[in-house]
This record gives sequence, structure tokens and C-alpha cells, in this order.
Amino acid sequence: MSDRQMDGDKPSEHDEDVTLLRVPVSLDYDYSAGVSASRFLRGIEQGKLLGQRCPVDGRVYFPSRGSCPQHAVTFGDETVDLSDKGTIVTFSIVRVPSANIPLELPYIAVNVVLDGADTILMHVLDANPEDVHMGMRVQAVWKPREEWTTSTANILYFRAIDEPDADYDQYKEHI
Amino acid sequence: MAELTAVVGIGQTKYEAKRLDLSMPGLVRDAAEKALVDADCSWADIDAVILGKAPDLFEGVMMPELFLNEALGGAYKPMLRVHTAGSVGGSTAIVAASMVQSGVHDRVLCVAFEKQSESNAIWALTISAPFSLATVAGAGGYFAPLVRGYIRRSGAPEDTGIRVAVKDRENALRNPLAHLRLEDISFDLVANSPMLWDPIRYLETCPSSDGACALVLENESLASKRSNKLAWIHATEMRSEPTMFSGRDQVMPQATLDNAKNLYKKAGITKPREEIDCAEIYVPFSWFEPMWMEGMLITEPNQGWKMTYEGATALDGDFPVNMSGGVLSSNPIGASGLIRFAEAARQVRGIAGEHQVDGARKALGHAYGGGSQYFSTWIVDSAKP
Ligand SMILES: [Zn+2]
Repeated sequence: MSDRQMDGDKPSEHDEDVTLLRVPVSLDYDYSAGVSASRFLRGIEQGKLLGQRCPVDGRVYFPSRGSCPQHAVTFGDETVDLSDKGTIVTFSIVRVPSANIPLELPYIAVNVVLDGADTILMHVLDANPEDVHMGMRVQAVWKPREEWTTSTANILYFRAIDEPDADYDQYKEHI
Repeated sequence: MAELTAVVGIGQTKYEAKRLDLSMPGLVRDAAEKALVDADCSWADIDAVILGKAPDLFEGVMMPELFLNEALGGAYKPMLRVHTAGSVGGSTAIVAASMVQSGVHDRVLCVAFEKQSESNAIWALTISAPFSLATVAGAGGYFAPLVRGYIRRSGAPEDTGIRVAVKDRENALRNPLAHLRLEDISFDLVANSPMLWDPIRYLETCPSSDGACALVLENESLASKRSNKLAWIHATEMRSEPTMFSGRDQVMPQATLDNAKNLYKKAGITKPREEIDCAEIYVPFSWFEPMWMEGMLITEPNQGWKMTYEGATALDGDFPVNMSGGVLSSNPIGASGLIRFAEAARQVRGIAGEHQVDGARKALGHAYGGGSQYFSTWIVDSAKP
């Protein structure tokens, strides 16, 4: 029994039976961001966090995709400037590697609600795993300005700030 | 009035980490042949083939239904492929059932599978959207924060998940088809297994399995000629909701509550905990047992953990859950939902072997998928509605 990598288009030469053959494929995607996501990404390129308001219930979406998934309506052109401070609503300490996540293990995956937003942002926290908790107040730590691009990865990670924990009732609906 | 429909044939492969003895077509054919034997049918007796599996990105084989249909005797017959993420096995059975209930076909074969040994599910589920930071490693990475949210809101003891894992793994020892059969299973073994996605431990997590499951469904005029015990479909229900919206309750999504309410209404069930004899629920991480006991309205909000704690969900409890060992013991993802539906049918047919619940007549089969956003369920019964 063997498990081997395919060599180009040729089956490899060997005597044993092959039971599993690895044949890597790769894909390059073309991605059109669209009007709304482009505005969001151009904002973050300038260090601005732009949310958008649902016309039905007035809630602020960040990141925004230009429409409300719940009410199936498009957002207008108005944007809402958000703070880079927020509250951790829930989290996990991850000890499982994934080929497409270039983070050292363990890392702390957090769901953050930015001040002024009504949706969660998934990001990472730079902290001692023993210290992280729900309701923790955090702020974004940004990459050096010259490295900013059109990506939420402009925020390196979040870090705890010296503020009292948020009250559970204030953020529990975002879990 | 819809045609009454019964499960007359059930087939499953042995679930293992690597079924290197079978190709993908071999895997689905093995389950289908066993279902045909159970139903005492031949390939020619099948009117249509319904195939389900999880995302094509797992194995990297696009549209596998095109080449698997011929292995399922589907040439020149109607064929459909179903996909609703992890709930797909359940949805596949529901689509197949609707073909019969609607009177379009008399006898339908449905099959669902996954060959995880040829796939990389963690990679495929770690979404790296353009312009954003990927942080969620696999399904466990997505669900762990929700489990933490459930623990916070319910006040459940921290070892509830360990107790579920021990119970399901003990049940798996009674199921010769189960993938993970840990003879030395104990509370300490689970408690001391590594934290993967805190608060989810290694032994509170489903394995990666190869396997397929198949059912033969028939309308009443065909099924009524049979003398053996059948599983009559009393109700089916499917629901969905968006992955993310402001104020979404990700721990107890509206879609699961709506699904449960409508399922019981269709089945004429008013007191689910009393009227249903046993349930196979989609529990890929141990904590989802108490969560879905609440999400399926079996018990009150924030009380699900008590059912686990008090032994209600054990094989000899008042509401046995995951008699087969569940998804925690065998997880060919695309098939996992259909296996739940099949186990519910086996129970009411009285053919569940060592993990049979004595006298089970009415059973619930359940599957969920995506970011807790797709739900597929059915109620089967040994008697006609
Ligand atoms: Zn809205």
C-alpha cells in the first residue's frame, strides 16, 4: 500500500500497488468587489472603518456588502464612520493548523463588535490565552501606514485596552 | 393529498478513516446495493436516483454526480444532485421523499456520501475571502465561539460536553458500522484529550470518515404489499437563514425553531419529548446535543444540558439520542445527515441491532449545516399516519 504524489502527468515508477494518488490542482480567482465593497475597501486603505445602515431596522453593518441579508434591501450611499475600539462578544483559542491561515498556534479567534456597529467582525486577539474573556474591551493594532492595502488585514490584530468590561446584556444578542 | 411514503430499504457502508478498497463510485454503489437487498429490489425497479454530498471543494471533484450516476444504475433515468452543506444528507432524503409524495415517481433511490480520505475539509472550510483575514480554521473554529456563547447563557456545567462524548462513544461500541470505536472510552479519556478549539476537545469532535448511506423509498401502493416492518414518513421539514445578520441568534437560530414547530405540526405531535421515542441528531461537536435539544423544542431554552446530565439522552433514558454513536463516531460529511435519517428509520423498523431502543415506534432524524443555517428533519413511524 502506498500514498504518493503524482509526478507531472506520469504515474510514478514503482513496484507496489498504488492505493491513493495525490494530484494537486490550483485555482486563481477573479474577484469583482462591486460598488459597496469597493467603498469599504477604499476606506480601509485610508485607515477608515466604514459601516452602512439598513434602511429597515437602522442597524449598522460592518463589514458591509451593500445589502441586508435579513431584509433583502440594498443600502444607500450613506456610510457610518466606526471606531477601531470594540467589545469581544465570544472567542475561541485555536490549536488546529490550517494550510491557509498563516498564524502561529495557538491563536485567539475573536468575534468583535466595533463601537457603533451592530454586526460582528471575525479577527484575532494578541493576548495571553488565560486573559481573554467575553465583554473584554479591545482596540485595533494597525500595520505601519506604508503597508496599508485594500484589506481588513491592515489590522494586524486587536489588543486589550484599559477599560471596564462591557455589560453582558449590551452584547449578548451578537453571540 | 400527498402520497404516503415509506422507507423500505436501508444500506450503509462500514465507516472508516480510509476506505482504500473502494473508489468513489464503489463507495456509493456498496451502500446502494445493500439498500436494494434490504428492499428486495433490483436496479431496474428504481424510477429515479437522488444523490447528495457536501461541497465539491472537499474532494476537488466537480459535479461528481455526473460520473456516480452510472454506478447507481441511473443511466437514462431522472437524476438529481442535492447540496445544503452539512445538512445535505437529510435534504437528499427529503427531496427523494417529495418525488414519491408528489406522485411523480413510485420508487426512488437516494444516496449520500463523502470520501474524506480524498478530501481536505479543514482547508475547504477555511474561507479565505479576498481582502480579508482568514481566522476560522474549519468547522470547529466556526462553532467553538457559539458553544462558548451557549455555556454562558445556559449556565451549563463545563463537563456537559464531555458527558455527551462519552455517551455517544459508548453507543458506538454497539454499532459495528461505526468508524470510531474506543474500547477504553471514559470521562477522563475525553477530559484529558487536547483542546483543539477551546472549549472543544479532541474527543468531543467528529472524525473524518469515508462512507455512504442509501435509502429506497416507495409509495403506499407498493409498500403496502410488503409484510415486513417499514418506516412511514409522517412529516419532513427544511429551513434556512442567512449566515450573518445583525442580531442573529447564532446559538439558537430562528430557522431551527421554525423548523421544529412546523415539523411537529405536520406530524401531529404536540408533546415531542413524550411522543417521540428516540432521535438521531446531527451533533458534530458534543455540545450540540444540548443545543439542539432546545433548538428542536424537546426541552425549554437553556435546559438542554440537564437532559444530558440526567441521562435522559442515554440509550436507556426517556429520550435516547444518537443511538448509533452519532456524527461523533462516524462522519462522512455528505452522508452524515442521511445516516441520521436512516437510523431513525432503522429504529422504528426494529432492525437497529445492539443499539435498538426497545419498542421504538416514532423517531426523529435531524441534520444541520453551514453556519447553523440549514436544517433538515423528518419524523418516521412504524405505523401509517
Ligand atoms: Zn436589515
